[in-house]
Amino acid sequence: MFNFKPDRTQYPAADADGKLEIDLETGKYLKLWQGPNHPGITGNMSVELTVCGDEVVEGKTHVGYLHRGFEKLMERRTFIQVFPIVCRVCVPEPDFNEYCYAAAVEDLAGIEVPEYATWMRTLILEMGRFNSYMMFLGGIGGALGLGITGQWMTYVRDLMLDRFEELTGARIYHMFILPGGVRGHLPEGFEARMEEVLSTAERYLDDIDKVMFSNSVFKTRTKGVGVIDPKLFEPYGVTGPNARAGGVAKDLRKDSPYLVYDQLDFEVATATDSDIFARATVRRGDVQTSIDLIRQILRKMPKDGPAMARIPNVLHWKIPRGETYIKGECSRGEYGYYLVTDGTGYPRRINVRGPSYTHAMALLEHLIPGTNISDVAALMVSLHTYPPEIER
Amino acid sequence: MEMRHLHALLKQRHSLGQLEPKGGKLAFVTVPRENLRGLLTELRDVHGFTHLVLLTAVDWMEDGLFQLTYMLNNRGRDMTLGIRVMLDRQEAQGDSIHDLWPTAATYQRELKEMFGIDFPGSPRIDEEFILEGWTDLPPYRRDFDSLAYSQQTYAERPGRVTHDPREYMKSKLYPDGV
Repeated sequence: MFNFKPDRTQYPAADADGKLEIDLETGKYLKLWQGPNHPGITGNMSVELTVCGDEVVEGKTHVGYLHRGFEKLMERRTFIQVFPIVCRVCVPEPDFNEYCYAAAVEDLAGIEVPEYATWMRTLILEMGRFNSYMMFLGGIGGALGLGITGQWMTYVRDLMLDRFEELTGARIYHMFILPGGVRGHLPEGFEARMEEVLSTAERYLDDIDKVMFSNSVFKTRTKGVGVIDPKLFEPYGVTGPNARAGGVAKDLRKDSPYLVYDQLDFEVATATDSDIFARATVRRGDVQTSIDLIRQILRKMPKDGPAMARIPNVLHWKIPRGETYIKGECSRGEYGYYLVTDGTGYPRRINVRGPSYTHAMALLEHLIPGTNISDVAALMVSLHTYPPEIER
Repeated sequence: MEMRHLHALLKQRHSLGQLEPKGGKLAFVTVPRENLRGLLTELRDVHGFTHLVLLTAVDWMEDGLFQLTYMLNNRGRDMTLGIRVMLDRQEAQGDSIHDLWPTAATYQRELKEMFGIDFPGSPRIDEEFILEGWTDLPPYRRDFDSLAYSQQTYAERPGRVTHDPREYMKSKLYPDGV
């Protein structure tokens, strides 16, 4: 197995505070910007690399290319007007925003959600997780030169988007989970059409196993590379698959069950090596878990029942003063909404806690030094980061 | 150990306020700024609250206060504790905890930029985080008027129709009156 061993003699000296003394005038070091427009960047951010030869000695992350001021905007909206904004915080997996916001409002307003709606919410979240993993598996292959995986996974994701469209009327921003419940019921024959999508997905995933996970180039470039020491998990707020790849089975679906996860039978995928390959295999395992969960939910969920609880007149809806934090396990780790209300018809403060906030900033900056330039893209993609949830 | 027992244990030592439980797994408590560091350290090292979930601020402008909220989680016991620290809005300065959780530096950098709350000693605290060349009030403060700012800064796009959201929703959702 190939192991990249950085030549530490090339490293710049550090001062007492650990800050590197980099003098670009010497010609020994070079600044290299990876992003914001770069195929190896996961979305709208950039990494400022300082390199010595092809070895990276320092990496600084830069965000702000997609700041839309959502948290401020939401303070100027009534509780129902916030609902179409939240999904736009994260494009690839928007439904978690809808669920966390709706559950936070329901918690502070004392609304009980009908049983049918909790099953539907779980279904939607697993469909969203599946889609997010399709983007990951395509992206990690793309970052290492396997262009075909991105095409296959985009196709499979598109099939699931058809089911989203059928169920919610929208492909990307579904706006289906709203305070009080969900907007509708399963269409006639949905289960059979979903089964077709899942069976097709399994066939393509078998191909991914052969083409990507058994590929010697992929293995060589990902095994032993980008290792996260499990000791860093707590100090750096590492959650979800990134922690599970290092042997820590962190998964809120098990650790703090919400919705109907305590009524579902599943195991979370784990690995031990904590490198890029391990993180990819954990997500491959998680896709299968999601497929199994979608089948299980469709089998077990009630066939009918109210989808919405009664909610107050939305134009005069005031929520008593209070604060809460609602969390769930999205495809990248812990996703949460901190909601503060002050007794008026507007939220006092909404703070979105996305896993990328810690994974793509402090953790990535910690992991970059010592890597090869060509591995930075795979390292970043392997953390599965989405910049929109950093800057909101 | 339940949240109530934990609160009883720490209350005197760290001058904790009343515990405000939100179900069995989540609770909030207020602590004086001078006791914050000791409390966080004990919660992390002794009571298993090793995960800093988030750090953010709430602007209580009418009371002249900023509220810092430190959300900590104990995964093994499935307990989340929201620790509130109230700061004088005129002297908005908190204590950096980047040495306890390195990832706190990112939260503190954002709070400096968005609320103007300083955390002396926090890495890269004065570097721009999201905004670039921003010279106005920190935008997440309640006294920053985002509507006035956008009206002064950006031109209206010709041909665009804008509805008053409240009136428009009223006509669509409750056409018979409310």
